[in-house]
Parts: sequence; structure tokens; C-alpha cells
Amino acid sequence: MSHDQPEHKHWRSQLAARLSPLAAAAVSLFLLGLIRVLTGAQARWWGCPPKAEQRIYFANHQSHADLVMIWAALPKELRRGTRAVAAREYWTKSPFKKWITSAVFNVIYVSRERNAQEDPLEPLVEALAAGDSLILFPEGTRGHFDDPQAFKAGLYNLALKFPTVELIPAWIANVQRVMPKGEVVPVPVLCSVTFGAPMQVQAGEECHAFLQRARSAVIALRDI
Amino acid sequence: MSLHQTLRNLSAAQQVGAMFVLVFGLLVIASLTLFMLSMREKDDTQAQQSHQDRISDLSKLLRTSWALIFVFWVAWMAGDITRLVLFALGSFFALREFLTLSPTRQGDHRSLVLAFFGVLPFQYYLVATEHFDLFTVFIPVYVFLALPVASALANDPVRFLERNAKLQWGIMVCIYGMSHVPALMLLNFPGYDKKNAFLVLFLVLVVQSCMVTQHLVSRHWPKTPAAPNISQSFTWHSWGWGMAVGSLLGAVLAGITPFVPGQAFALSFIACAAGSLGHLVMKALKRDRGIPIWQGQVKGVTGAGGMLDRIDSLCFAAPVFFHSVRWYFDL
Repeated sequence: MSHDQPEHKHWRSQLAARLSPLAAAAVSLFLLGLIRVLTGAQARWWGCPPKAEQRIYFANHQSHADLVMIWAALPKELRRGTRAVAAREYWTKSPFKKWITSAVFNVIYVSRERNAQEDPLEPLVEALAAGDSLILFPEGTRGHFDDPQAFKAGLYNLALKFPTVELIPAWIANVQRVMPKGEVVPVPVLCSVTFGAPMQVQAGEECHAFLQRARSAVIALRDI
Repeated sequence: MSLHQTLRNLSAAQQVGAMFVLVFGLLVIASLTLFMLSMREKDDTQAQQSHQDRISDLSKLLRTSWALIFVFWVAWMAGDITRLVLFALGSFFALREFLTLSPTRQGDHRSLVLAFFGVLPFQYYLVATEHFDLFTVFIPVYVFLALPVASALANDPVRFLERNAKLQWGIMVCIYGMSHVPALMLLNFPGYDKKNAFLVLFLVLVVQSCMVTQHLVSRHWPKTPAAPNISQSFTWHSWGWGMAVGSLLGAVLAGITPFVPGQAFALSFIACAAGSLGHLVMKALKRDRGIPIWQGQVKGVTGAGGMLDRIDSLCFAAPVFFHSVRWYFDL
């Protein structure tokens, strides 16, 4: 009996591992359809073309749906190699959230809580070293005002470590209207993601100055 | 006259089919002509540029006409339910576009949910079940009260009237107006059974040809606009031409409708007036929002791309047409 138990478990986990990619493909197809019907999910490549170069997209953050929105707006070819950065505390809370973010969106989890031993940027550095592109929300948390909050230093540090990676500002419009905080039923409103011109850390540029420049590049895309 | 006799002897379905063949044929000829014209080279670059602008302008118009006729063809081919779903989707996308450009607040969320997932399906359900009396008053009477109540309960007084007025407007145009097009299919004219698809086609053709004429006339013979701050292209001159062409086409098409030519002329006149003036009203709304076309900027926020721009005249024409027909024939 004691021998049976792990065998049984092993069989089940194997089945789950087989089914998970199928389910992930089905769910991603369903989500794409749903998002297109509700929001149009339009990508406006204003400052750069959609190219398969290694990039860090950084955008404003007003809703948990931002992640899904920017994922849906990217063309299929780029979606695979572009991984969003998501808060571990929120997105691993339930098994379903964990499955959907890892199997469907293939996100990189970061911890919000600082802990002395580990560098929170470690998983991002690994992904960039492996050649993936990133989607980053440098505000850290969702903002509740029209303007994004001050950016955190992670973007600057990553840009210094990987100077060849293009930094692309992006503005996600209207997503908070689809599903305001505390509501369950989404409402159809057209949303768009505007991608701006690539930017870089200039020689000798201070962290604070760069982050402010990056933030205003994101805000500037709002009115285009 | 023998052609006329042959057509008369066809069954209703065959007549409708022949009608679509004719319209598609005309569209093919128009598209081919435009294609040939676009190949023509002009000597100096400026003439070439303006020639090209005109061609792209015309091809946009033609694309809209293709899309409209194609949708109505599918609607006719499909069964009643499919047809209603198609029009309901039209309402859905039009309302989505309308509300995107009218800023809503968090307090509107419940009313928006109600509008999209309550009012819209129920209105089309009323069409499907032929509850014509409730269908005509459901939105103007009941929803008119229900939505502001939902908004008021959300406890947000900021710009309350403005927000609610916008939502009501969107619902009236995109759901109420649009739903009158498939409702035409359900009107029972004595001795005209199963040919109601003609009536829908009649309305679309008449209104669309009025709009196209108006557009072309204002483009080629520019006159002083009637309301330059609202629309640079709306002139009484071009409007008159549009009305004349639309109404005359209606009179010519009387054979496919239950009307005699005089009635067809008058009803098309009414439909064209409602459609073209409704389009002007929508333009005013767009100006208020600071955008030239519904999809906003050059590459706008919409995915479907300016859908409302193409169907707004129909949304205004359909209810007026529907109710004048119902009233006049006492249906």
C-alpha cells in the first residue's frame, strides 16, 4: 500500500504534465478571442516595428489585466519569446493563477518582499541571459491615478547589465475601464497598447534621471 | 417586358437571390473600374497625387458598400437566429466603439454591464419573439429609468447627467436603432410573405446610395458648408442631391417592396432624411470628442476600425423607416 501511493501520484502528475500544454494552448486561444471581442487588443507600433529583437518593454500598470493585454497585443511570433514579469505574491496565490501564469503566459515571478540573501532581479537577469525579451511594469504596483507612479530602479540596473537589449516604452490605454478594481464582470471597451521609440541609458546617466526620462517616455505615448 | 415577366414568375427566394446577384455584379464592375483607374499614370506628380487620393477615397467607400452588402447577404442566407446574432454583434461592436470615446467612470461599471449583457440581448430577444409593442418601448421607457438607477446606486455624483446621457445615447443609437433593421424582417405585409429580405435590402441600398451621392457631390462640387464647425462636407447642395438620388432609387425599386412607387418614394425620402441627418448628428458628437472619425487618430484605438462611422446612418434611418411603415400600413 505504501508503495502504491507514490506510483499513483506519479501516474497522475505524468498525465497532468501531458495535458497541461494542450490545456494551455486551448486557454490561450480562448483568452485571445475573449480579449479581442472585449477590447480589440490593438497594438500600435508607433516608435518601432514589431521585430524579434531582444527587448525590454516597460509599461504603465493600472490593472492586473495589463499583463494579459500586452501579451494579447503582441504578434504571435513575438509572444513566445517575450515574458512578462509578475508579482509572485499575487499570481501564485491559487493553483489556477499559478498554472495560468506559468503555463499560458510563461511569466517570470519576482518577489515584492525584499530579503537580504537574494537579489530580486536574479530571475530577470537569467531570462535576459537566456535571450528572452521582457515585459516590465517598473512602477512595481498598480497605480490609481492618471499618471504612473515613480519608476523603480530595476529597469535601470537591467539596462546597465544588458546594454544591447532595446528598451521600448509602452502605454496601455483603457484597461482599467474594462474591469475596475473590485468588479468581476468585464465590460467591452476598446483598449490599445502603444509602443514607443527605443531608448537607452546614456553614458554616465544617473539612475534617477534615467528613470524620470523613461517615465516621461511612457507618459508621452498616452496622447499619440 | 419579358424579362420582367420572368422575374415575376420566380419564387420569392429566387427573386431575392437574383437581386443579390445584380448588386454584387454592380459592385464587381465598380471595383474593376476603380482598379483600372488606379493603374492610370498622370504626367506631373501633383496630379498623380490628387488622382491617387481620389482613388483611395473611392475605394474606401466601395469597401464599406461591399462589407454592408456582404453582411446582408449572409444575413439573408442564414436563418432568423443567425441573422439576429449577426445584428446583435453589430450593436455590440458599435456600442463598444461609442463608449470607448465617451469617458466613463468606475461608478458606471454596473450600468455598462447591464447595457451590454442585459439590455442588448433582451432587445434582440424581443425582436426574435416578435413582441413589437414591448420592443419599441423597452429602451426609451424602461431602460431609460433602470440605467440611471444603477448609476445612482454606485454613489458617484461627478458629471452624473453627462455620463448617463452618453450611455443612453449610445444605447439608443447602437442597440435600439440597429435592432430595427432585423425587425423589418418580421413585419407581416399581406400578400408579401417571405420577401422581407427585400425590404432590408431596399432600406440599405436607398440609404447607402444617398450617403454615397452626398459624399461624391460634396467632394466634386464643393459649396459653403451648412455647419462648418460640425462638418466641412455637409452642404445643402450635396444633401439635396443625396436625397434626390436616394428617393428616386427608392421609387425605381418599388417593384421589390410591398409599396407602390409613390409610397416607395416617400418612404425612401423619410429614410434618407433620417439617415443623412443622423450622420450629421454623429459628426457633431465626434467633434465634441475632438475626433474626425470614430476610430480616432490615423490608426485609432479601435480594432474593428471606424465601424460606427459606416453604420450610423442606418441606425438612425431604420427606426424611422420601421415606424413610418408600420404606422402607414397599420401593421
